Amino acid sequence: MSGVSDAFGKGRPALVGYLPAGYPTVAMAQQAILAMIEAGVDLVELGLPYSDPVIDGPVIQRATEQALAGGVRIRDVFATVSATAGHGVPIMVMTYWNPVERYGVNAFARDLAAAGGAGLITPDLIPDEADEWLAASDEHKLDRTFLVSPSSTDDRIAMTAASTRGFLYATAVMGVTGAREHTSSAAPVLVARARAKTDLPIGVGLGVRNGAQAAEVGSYADGVIVGSALVSALGEHGVDGVKRLTEELRSGLLL
Amino acid sequence: MLPDDTGHFGPFGGRFVPEALISALDELDAHYRKAMTDPEFMGEFEGMLRDYAGTPSMLYEAKRLSAHAGARILLKREDLNHTGAHKVRNVLGQALLTKRMGKPRVIAETGAGQHGVASATACAYLDLECVVYMGKVDTERQALNVARMHMLGATVVPVTTGSQTLKDAINEALRDWVTNVDNTHYLLGTAAGPHPFPAMVRDFVRGIGVETRAQMLERFGELPDAVAACVGGGSNAIGMFHAFIDDESVRLLGYEAGGDGVETGRHAASITGGAYGVLHGARTYLLQDEDGQTVESHSISAGLDYPAVGPEHAYLHQTGRGTYEPVTDAEAMEAFALLCKTEGIIPAIESAHALAGALRSIPALRAQLGREPVVVVNLSGRGDKDMHTAIDYFGLFS
Repeated sequence: MSGVSDAFGKGRPALVGYLPAGYPTVAMAQQAILAMIEAGVDLVELGLPYSDPVIDGPVIQRATEQALAGGVRIRDVFATVSATAGHGVPIMVMTYWNPVERYGVNAFARDLAAAGGAGLITPDLIPDEADEWLAASDEHKLDRTFLVSPSSTDDRIAMTAASTRGFLYATAVMGVTGAREHTSSAAPVLVARARAKTDLPIGVGLGVRNGAQAAEVGSYADGVIVGSALVSALGEHGVDGVKRLTEELRSGLLL
Repeated sequence: MLPDDTGHFGPFGGRFVPEALISALDELDAHYRKAMTDPEFMGEFEGMLRDYAGTPSMLYEAKRLSAHAGARILLKREDLNHTGAHKVRNVLGQALLTKRMGKPRVIAETGAGQHGVASATACAYLDLECVVYMGKVDTERQALNVARMHMLGATVVPVTTGSQTLKDAINEALRDWVTNVDNTHYLLGTAAGPHPFPAMVRDFVRGIGVETRAQMLERFGELPDAVAACVGGGSNAIGMFHAFIDDESVRLLGYEAGGDGVETGRHAASITGGAYGVLHGARTYLLQDEDGQTVESHSISAGLDYPAVGPEHAYLHQTGRGTYEPVTDAEAMEAFALLCKTEGIIPAIESAHALAGALRSIPALRAQLGREPVVVVNLSGRGDKDMHTAIDYFGLFS
């Protein structure tokens, strides 16, 4: 339908790369995403900057604050989707819920689909509150990724997976986003628990920053999600930095 | 009784939070429900409120103010509670519940510092570790409250992200909670946030209205025509309103912070000047731009300076059971001065909004009733903390 499941069907763990729209500028973010695609990312998670990003750590907070201060709008997010879709890599938008609710859930789904987007990742929307989004994503044939965490009960993992289409996002440590020295021992346990409940591909997020960590996570997950490290690379070394880090992460997943 | 089992007040409320917090919210909900029907918990809570916090607070007939206003005005003296505001009820309830849950650590957010001081007080009293998140801008503006929190044994963490004010302190507290949820309770300061906070905080503060109702019946043999309260997040207002919801003759009057006037865009009136949306875990009314980005609020009163409102108020507004109107900074400061001079009571500027709104409502009430109306104003806090603002506003030393 949208290629999200294809991104996970390549016989090796998929690499999912996050960057926010509008950081450091709308044009630079588009270039960085295209560089990420060229360097081998399998799925793009495009962040929609939001004023109150409660699950993000300092790196993504600062980047999205800068994007908002630069005047980024929802229409720029859709423009970024348009400019980066069609290169064989699906683009999912990661957004807190209020911007979608404010825009109109069905209108947002319609415009995202029209821009060529593959779906939404919604970190502060649980399926229990998502009736309108479930209907809109069905109508506009979009994938929808909900999150599970180490504190989720087995029943909630099953319920969340049943509402998900595309891939299931496992937040592998309790905490906010951000690169970490060590990956989590809770992650393989959570992935195993989720696998017992669903056939969906499972992506693991929060904390990966280099090829070796990507390889470690790839040994048990279907996808490795990298965010803060790519944002830092963009901030410190520009588009080239994003390209180099993506290549390194991908090399970790070829081993 | 609302909310429903999943925390909804009609379309409002619910849980718009990361999945990582759901198990903690479920745990909190289970403990809260159990506690509310547990005679041992309620006995302990009521004992603390009586012996430590000094409740029931007085219902005081403000005779000179009444004569001035042409109505019988009664003040619910929450300003006389320990720590000087209604907030002590909420913090004692949640701190006691934290002990019940076996968690040793409490985190809290604070704007001007009142909820931080109250939380630090309850944690000192009940021997809990207390960490308070406070916007860096606010720590500088409110150094005295930061000092109070330190003296009470709390750690104050200045928040340097976003606008560095209350809403960012809430964001940072939520981030801490996601990370440390196993040993930490988030002692939210108002009847907002994800379920069960709006219901739980309401239940801890609803004694305000329960007491008022009983005091009215005992002293006057009748209910008031209206109860009035200021509304920021809305805890003192829901505390006053809740016991009167089924009393159809009692008007529920909520007054939001109108700042420079809702039409100027510089205000904190989420219901009258905001729009439907989601913030800090609940669906409610909030100040936002057309992309759903939160817009900063403005009020002379720090305690009302919040860009959203508790979901039960959103519901009472939508159903028409409550009436919510803005009161400007200027109207509030006029009422502040009036109460000082007519009654010898210095109110919190928050509470002065309720008083200003109540005074404004009296001519229409009198016309409707054909007699002198009886109005209870929730005097939610005392004004000592606001003297810097009063000095600047009235030019006292210039």
